[in-house]
Amino acid sequence: MDISLQKVEYRYQANTPFERLAIIDVSIDIPSGTFLAIIGHTGSGKSTVLQHLNALLKPTAGKVVIGDKEVTADKKQKNLKDIRQKVGIVFQFPEHQLFEETVEKDICFGPMNFGVSMEEAQRRAKVAIKQVGLSEEILSKSPFDLSGGQMRRVAIAGVLAMEPDVIVLDEPTAGLDPRGRKEIMDMFHALHKERELSTVLVTHSMEDASKYADHIVIMQKGEVYKKGTPEEIFSSPEGLMQLGLDVPEVVRFQKKIEETFHIKFSQTCLTAELLTEEIALLLKGGEQK
Amino acid sequence: MNKKKLVQLENVSFQYPLETGFALRNVSFDIYEGEWLALVGHNGSGKSTLAKLLNGLQFPQEGTIKVNGMLLSEETVWETRKKIGMVFQNPDNQFVGTTVQDDVAFGLENNGIDREEMVERVKYSLEKVKMAQFLDQEPHHLSGGQKQRVAIAGVIALRPSIIILDEATSMLDPRGREEVLETVRELKENHHMTVISITHDLEEAVKADRIIVMNKGELYREGSPEDIFQMDEELVQLGLDIPFPVKMSKLLKEQGVSLSRHFLSEEELVEELWTSHYKK
Amino acid sequence: MMEKMIFGRYVPAHSLIHRMDPRSKLMIIFLFVCIVFIANNSLTYGLLAIYTLGMISLSKVPFRFIISGLKPVLWLVLFTLLLHLFLTKEGELLFQAGWFSIYEEGLRQGIFISLRFFLLILMTSILTLTTTPIEITDGLESLLHPLNKVKFPVHELALMMSISLRFIPTLMQETDKIMKAQTARGVDFSSGPIKDRVKAIIPLLIPLFVNSFKRAEELATAMEARGYRGGEGRTKYRQLSWGLKDTSMLIFLGILTALLVLFRT
Repeated sequence: MDISLQKVEYRYQANTPFERLAIIDVSIDIPSGTFLAIIGHTGSGKSTVLQHLNALLKPTAGKVVIGDKEVTADKKQKNLKDIRQKVGIVFQFPEHQLFEETVEKDICFGPMNFGVSMEEAQRRAKVAIKQVGLSEEILSKSPFDLSGGQMRRVAIAGVLAMEPDVIVLDEPTAGLDPRGRKEIMDMFHALHKERELSTVLVTHSMEDASKYADHIVIMQKGEVYKKGTPEEIFSSPEGLMQLGLDVPEVVRFQKKIEETFHIKFSQTCLTAELLTEEIALLLKGGEQK
Repeated sequence: MNKKKLVQLENVSFQYPLETGFALRNVSFDIYEGEWLALVGHNGSGKSTLAKLLNGLQFPQEGTIKVNGMLLSEETVWETRKKIGMVFQNPDNQFVGTTVQDDVAFGLENNGIDREEMVERVKYSLEKVKMAQFLDQEPHHLSGGQKQRVAIAGVIALRPSIIILDEATSMLDPRGREEVLETVRELKENHHMTVISITHDLEEAVKADRIIVMNKGELYREGSPEDIFQMDEELVQLGLDIPFPVKMSKLLKEQGVSLSRHFLSEEELVEELWTSHYKK
Repeated sequence: MMEKMIFGRYVPAHSLIHRMDPRSKLMIIFLFVCIVFIANNSLTYGLLAIYTLGMISLSKVPFRFIISGLKPVLWLVLFTLLLHLFLTKEGELLFQAGWFSIYEEGLRQGIFISLRFFLLILMTSILTLTTTPIEITDGLESLLHPLNKVKFPVHELALMMSISLRFIPTLMQETDKIMKAQTARGVDFSSGPIKDRVKAIIPLLIPLFVNSFKRAEELATAMEARGYRGGEGRTKYRQLSWGLKDTSMLIFLGILTALLVLFRT
């Protein structure tokens, strides 16, 4: 399912003395099957963009096209539920939304809200719990007896069980340890490939963005500052650094090498392996001189 | 090292009530004056339990903890808390005051400090963490990093000799994290504060003077960052990660580039590549 | 959500009323609530109205804030007015249409009671508009201090109040977040039959409670780590200062009381 934001503007509490402009003139295309990363500082407007992706917020100007549905400021949308079933959002610290007596019931909650039968929902719960790397036994436990990491996975399973076409992730690894972080991100990446989902990752982590995304949008002060493939974005890291944004360690390291050696590699390396090859090649060349 | 031992842990074991298995088992180590000690380990390795024991929020079932030579017990706990300040993980859940200055004053009020002295210390501490212009700000208008800096101000207002950061940066964005670490670094350098940082952020651990790796409630390894990060794959097995420069050094060696060692800083690695390979 | 509630929200400024000691403001409100009942004719009500308007202008709070504060209670006041109009059947008959009749006394009573309502609400909103909640808490703690002698936990109560005040915005933000998360999972909070909407509250309330307990626990730990062990031996950072303006304002209210007693019929 394609999503496209066209010149979207959003003002919080429009027409009150407390009005505040959150995003302006934001245009982003998310064709079906894309892995898009949205990056920016806290307050750059990336969370506001996220909430437009399944019509939690309605733009105050411009339009959002989600599949065959259009969301604009003046149009009353009736079938928002369809949109929300197809676009699942995993919010930051999703474990804070658990509430049922058992893990199974909690995972079934989403699908059943969208009219899925109990049996079907339970079947999906079994699939989803395995997808997030937990065992079926956990289904009968209370979500509040689990560890933090397990709760996070259960909450994610609850969104996966809705079987969305698009999955939106808001800092899904915040607060996890390195292993947990890697496992969760690898899982989403695998799901993205297997189910041919569209994935939108909202993150601070340049490492994750460069590793997993095929497209990156950088938000700054409510506007799209830059968009493109990771190679395009990181080929000129200076601008990002000026904004106080991190660049991936690999890119930073390549830049240091280039500055010290007064050379320029033919490409922007996004993995340590690729950069190693380039450096090895360079050193061999250097030694021949 | 002939430095003064500030904290001594001897054979400390701890078990949470109603839980099977020990959260900490037979842990012994010393903390020296003026050092930055990083306690690393995966979630559930026992590192946060250690922090709670050091502050007397829990007491070990076995073993002893001495702070400044004084045995930590129910009787001495309030004295100890004046010497050890703690900054916790969640910026919101440790902000007690309705405004920034009230929050910094909270600990001072608890310790019965005179009002004039309080005013001075609040002002001084907030200047130290560069939050002086936010005196009357309410917490919900502050960023996570700012709240954590206020928490640090609350700690230094009590003039402790040790500050414990219990995953204090893990809920912050990169900018907030840098703000907080910069503040603590400054305190350590200029005020001889001893820092214990409980973390799984490797960039933070790399810059520590010493690292203790915890695993399943036990002390797994202790050493300088140089030593610890030579552990390589072993660290990954423990649920941790390897810092980028080390990873890069390793890959380069595999590609046949000879290096004297695994480097912990990018600058050093670049320097070595430049001097020993290219500039000939 | 929070931002929409204008009624009773503190408006920062540096007026005389803002700078008054919260204790004197609390005392004035308390006295005012009592003396409002002394008034019983146009002259005495007029005096009260002038006093209230005087206080409003001294507070320098923009008038629209005060008016918007009155809006929520407008219906209540209107209702009382109508009640008196219909039910009081004394004095001269003013108007009659079929069964419906209005008597002079009814009109008089209705207007006076509504006015009394308005004055009370205006005065209390002057208090909340010019005094931060924490100042009110401090004022209450100080005024209630004598109750310590009878083992009334004044300090604990004040601390509870101030912590609640500090966490209200945090909980508001959290409510908003959970609502969004559940909406994304197909919950409809804003339409559908009442039965469904009540049911929709559960996925909101339970996480909110669970998170609040967790917060409370962490907060308690943090407070303990910072040396909190009850009110004993504690000093106070916030200080209240009673000034000439506070004494004069109270004396002024005393004079008003005397006038009211003098002119009531």
